[in-house]
Amino acid sequence: MKITFPYMGTSNIVFKSIMEQLGHEVVVHKPSDRTLDLGTEYSPEFACIPFKILLGTFIEGLQDGADLIVTSGGKGPCRAGHYGQIQTDILEGLGYEFDMVIFEAITDSFKDFFGNIRKIAGPGPSWWSIFKLIKKEWNRLKALDDIERLSHKVRPRELERRATTKAFEEAQEIIAAAETEEEIEKAKEKGIELLKSVPQNEDYEPLKIGIIGEIYVVLEPFANFELEETLGEMGVEVDRSIYLTGWTKEHSFFSLHSEDKVEKAAEPYLDQLIGGHGQESVGNTVLYAENGFDGVIQLAPFTCIPEIVAKSILPKVSRDKDIPFLTIFIDEKTGKAGVSTRLEAFVDLLIQKRDKAREKIS
Amino acid sequence: MKGFLGIDVGSVSINIVIIDTEGEVIDKIYLRTKGQPIDVVQRGMRELSKKVPDDLEIAGVGTTGSGRNLIGVVVGADTVKNEITAHAVASSHIVPDVQTVLEIGGQDSKITILRNGIVVDFAMNTVCAAGTGSFLDQQASRLGVPIEEFGDLALKSENKVRIAGRCSVFAESDMIHKQQMGHSLEDIIAGLCEALVRNYLNNVGQGKEILAPVVFQGGVAANVGIKKAFEEALETEVVIPTHYNVMGAIGAALLAKDKVTSKEVETNFKGWQITELEYTPTSFECEGCSNLCEVIEMEMDGELISRWGYKCNKWDIV
Repeated sequence: MKITFPYMGTSNIVFKSIMEQLGHEVVVHKPSDRTLDLGTEYSPEFACIPFKILLGTFIEGLQDGADLIVTSGGKGPCRAGHYGQIQTDILEGLGYEFDMVIFEAITDSFKDFFGNIRKIAGPGPSWWSIFKLIKKEWNRLKALDDIERLSHKVRPRELERRATTKAFEEAQEIIAAAETEEEIEKAKEKGIELLKSVPQNEDYEPLKIGIIGEIYVVLEPFANFELEETLGEMGVEVDRSIYLTGWTKEHSFFSLHSEDKVEKAAEPYLDQLIGGHGQESVGNTVLYAENGFDGVIQLAPFTCIPEIVAKSILPKVSRDKDIPFLTIFIDEKTGKAGVSTRLEAFVDLLIQKRDKAREKIS
Repeated sequence: MKGFLGIDVGSVSINIVIIDTEGEVIDKIYLRTKGQPIDVVQRGMRELSKKVPDDLEIAGVGTTGSGRNLIGVVVGADTVKNEITAHAVASSHIVPDVQTVLEIGGQDSKITILRNGIVVDFAMNTVCAAGTGSFLDQQASRLGVPIEEFGDLALKSENKVRIAGRCSVFAESDMIHKQQMGHSLEDIIAGLCEALVRNYLNNVGQGKEILAPVVFQGGVAANVGIKKAFEEALETEVVIPTHYNVMGAIGAALLAKDKVTSKEVETNFKGWQITELEYTPTSFECEGCSNLCEVIEMEMDGELISRWGYKCNKWDIV
């Protein structure tokens, strides 16, 4: 089959690898302005930007001959839970012929989850070989996440502009090319080496900003105007609260009962799930404050209910924990210039705050 | 005598000020941008250069506003700073204990919260520009009232009407509706001022702790109707600085002054003669990779002096 799926940061490398090893052809484009234009044209106006980019991604895939779309579902008061169904309806209305496989959380239904896997894998491969494949690719995903985390530490300290981004891109290519688990491990080490060899200012103490918000706009650089890169090049070390390896752990069979630190941290302010990443956004702000971060940036799709709820709670967290936050709402009309102005001003604010705090100590 | 130049290149107006070493305004100029930032800056500087004392030496230049990078290249700026920071710097210079800055300009509105002289929080309108200067301008001309008199008329109202201020288009429909109903112009204008303030406080002001002293600046601060509506809504006095409409430029000049003084560096200012040079910006789309960067080039009298807008090193001028 020819398969397309949501493109979200470096995870596309892993999904592509899985599908190809199962004998499928993969057509997926990195989202571009064209993707967003297509998605916006055929989406309801007030759908959120992840919906629009995904719809555009699917249309581009279908135009290239894809006949199967693999995507994720969800439940609770976030519209993402119904994306798949609505997108199917829209795409069928446009005259495309295709199948869509929607993965819901494994805890919803074991039968559906494994049924979906079998549907993609076909009748051939044994469960054991599928399990081995997923385990290997899980390691690839972890390797990619580890490399990305490291890049966030290196970038603010780099002496030559864009040297980190180049090293990070090279590392991704090496990890993508690895075929066995041993090779993935070696590729990861090579990637770490590449990043560590970027010439850095060792004495520089960067500001530290935590990134919270809705998963798609946090993970896909196209959706957030390359926020992490921009901040890194402004000399800021960023930490992202969401990584796919972390998320999958909580939502699949790798760890069903992981103790949720974030949920606990959020409890005094918000003691229940409100869909999407609303509760995580609150909890992570608390954790960032407790771990000495200088500030927090919340990335939220315009009209996203869970993040709107989180945003209205954050002023209290911010006051209690003395941590400034900046919310950036994103839709197809958001301009990069406006975002940079706010980022610059936010960084100025954090520098002033840090300088003031140091004056007091000395 | 030393002076510092500050240039605020906004969407609607370009403001240029010269301050002295104490931060006092020596001269200022306020011009409409009209989509031609370079020409307007050159014209403004030409006018200023004729008025300044002969012994005035420009020791630093700062730019701010949406055109800060472009004009920064043209004049040789020592500091290029975003308008949020520039406005805050200017207000705390003029009202040292300020805790809240309300700022409404041509197309944006923002709120800045300061404590002990430093910015601790800010917000800027994102998805809505209802209530900014452009909209007031448009409504004033639709009603046939000169914008300068708009606020005074609002003060004459004895019974203001409620206008839906959430969206500028709907606000206009609602105003027309109220006119058709027979409400007086004064009452409608007063209602509009109140609606805009309500929208501002619910939109950019949401979740912010607004404490006195409150400073109100930006072009719209000229409107006494809006000032009064703010005072009623916040139940506190609102201070409008003398140079309310050029605060961004003052902030830019102060930032440049700080930089050259604290670092003891020479200014990059290219001199008053820049008003006589020809600057030509051009742009093209780089097709080197999927980023498709919009690269902008600036030529000065036919010579390439700067490029920006790209992500990699490909277009660096060596």
